[in-house]
Amino acid sequence: MSENKSRLQTLFEQGEFVVTGEIGPPKAATGEGIREHAKHLQGYCDATNLTDNQTAIVRLSSIAAGIHVLRAGMEPIVQMTCRDRNRIAIQSDLLGAYSLGIKNLLCLTGDHQSFGNHPTAANVFDVDSIQLIRMVKRMRDEKVFACGEQIKHDEPRFFIGAVANPFADPFEVRVYRMEKKINAGAQFFQTQIIFDLERFERWMELVRERGLHERAYIMAGVMPVKSAKVASYMQKFVSGMIVPDDMIERLKKAENQQAEAVEICVEQIKYIKNIKGVKGVHIMAVGWEEIVPTIVEKAGLLPRPAVPGVKVAVV
Amino acid sequence: MIIAEQKPFEEIARMVEIFDKVLILGCNECVTVCLAGGEKEVGLMATSLRLLRKQGDRPIITLEETITRQCEWEYLDQIEKLAEEAECIISMACGVGVQFVAERFPDKWVIPALNTKSAGGSVKHGLWEERCGLCGECILHKTGGLCPVARCSKRILNGPCGGSQNGKCEVKDVDCIWDQIYKKMTIIGKLEQLLEIEPEKDWSKARDGGPRKVVREDVMIYE
Repeated sequence: MSENKSRLQTLFEQGEFVVTGEIGPPKAATGEGIREHAKHLQGYCDATNLTDNQTAIVRLSSIAAGIHVLRAGMEPIVQMTCRDRNRIAIQSDLLGAYSLGIKNLLCLTGDHQSFGNHPTAANVFDVDSIQLIRMVKRMRDEKVFACGEQIKHDEPRFFIGAVANPFADPFEVRVYRMEKKINAGAQFFQTQIIFDLERFERWMELVRERGLHERAYIMAGVMPVKSAKVASYMQKFVSGMIVPDDMIERLKKAENQQAEAVEICVEQIKYIKNIKGVKGVHIMAVGWEEIVPTIVEKAGLLPRPAVPGVKVAVV
Repeated sequence: MIIAEQKPFEEIARMVEIFDKVLILGCNECVTVCLAGGEKEVGLMATSLRLLRKQGDRPIITLEETITRQCEWEYLDQIEKLAEEAECIISMACGVGVQFVAERFPDKWVIPALNTKSAGGSVKHGLWEERCGLCGECILHKTGGLCPVARCSKRILNGPCGGSQNGKCEVKDVDCIWDQIYKKMTIIGKLEQLLEIEPEKDWSKARDGGPRKVVREDVMIYE
């Protein structure tokens, strides 16, 4: 079934240090911007995430966005959260996504709706991220729906991803929960954005202690922070993130803050690449996608490997 | 107990503006304990309404009564005459009480004076917190006696999510219950249990399955 494997999975299996990007779909009914972003990332990232109404703001659907990315010739990683759909809608969407050629799925619980532009909306959370991961794995490996009913033919065969946040509390629980996600079926992880490298290293130590780096591919999340102002804002208002003071200071002192931002991000990637157990880097250049090629190049991650035989196209 | 709080007074006043004689009905159970709809609050409501209406040149007659429980027919039977006298009944009970009153007195207009908030308790003077999500199938034995259904903003069963920091939820002013569950399970030596994947919940036992009933044939009286 190797022809069915995603490009992402194939690269991990070949032992490559994988690079992924992220595209936030627009608050409009057009795929133009998505395709444009995908073209920018093409050749610099091996695949790109499509976020699912991130921070609970209504946007073009992640699955539809994934199709636009496929049309642009790039491989999508579709994000799926538990906030807006119950188990029926989730499974239905997954059948649809796979039928159109989407092969990578990232399963998350999702930001609470109180952060978004519809704070009075009902939330669903029928299942949580761990239950979602298991559901997707069972659809693939046991060929059953969540209720146990057989999927008679053409079951969705996703490469299953999950997220981990080394910067949330309680610290030790983060590794347990990661293990729980692996037990549920997660094959690769993308971490929350890392600024506090020391804490990330301590977390990776715990990950290695439990042998989790050998059971799943771990990608470290990084983000080029455009200015000291943005960094301060994130420190104050973005939950589940640690933004160190010295990074803000360094940006403040820089003559050219954007150049410094790139420099910081590149340094982080080079450092992270040498941490045992890290198999790739996920670059989240929220609203600054055009800088990704520069970062990838400066971090010495070019050229991206070719994967002959893996088809990247809308089915 | 049921936690409730009074609606803004202006809202209640607007709801009764077309009536000239009302019965303000308190309840001696939960809403008395949470200081929302007991005898004292009934008195205050009556005085405030009379004062307002006098100022507005349309005086209102207020009848006041507080009964043991509004959610039981036998106590409602006791106020039959009073109810007949009034044009409408302002129930100062929880949503359950309001509905029992409406059902017991089918030809009466019933107005809710409270907003029913949750099933919980008083954690200190002046602070009431939700504790039970009324999900219909208790899982507290799995979570150290702390309920993620009621107390996690995402009601997730395999927590804590990535938004937990310093014991706080990503949602404003909420404590992370999964942080507390983790600590409790550590203390009682049951941490390993949290590694087990909690399967999808049967929400049909909760409100999602439609209105719920408890039937006890053994205590039913057949006439």
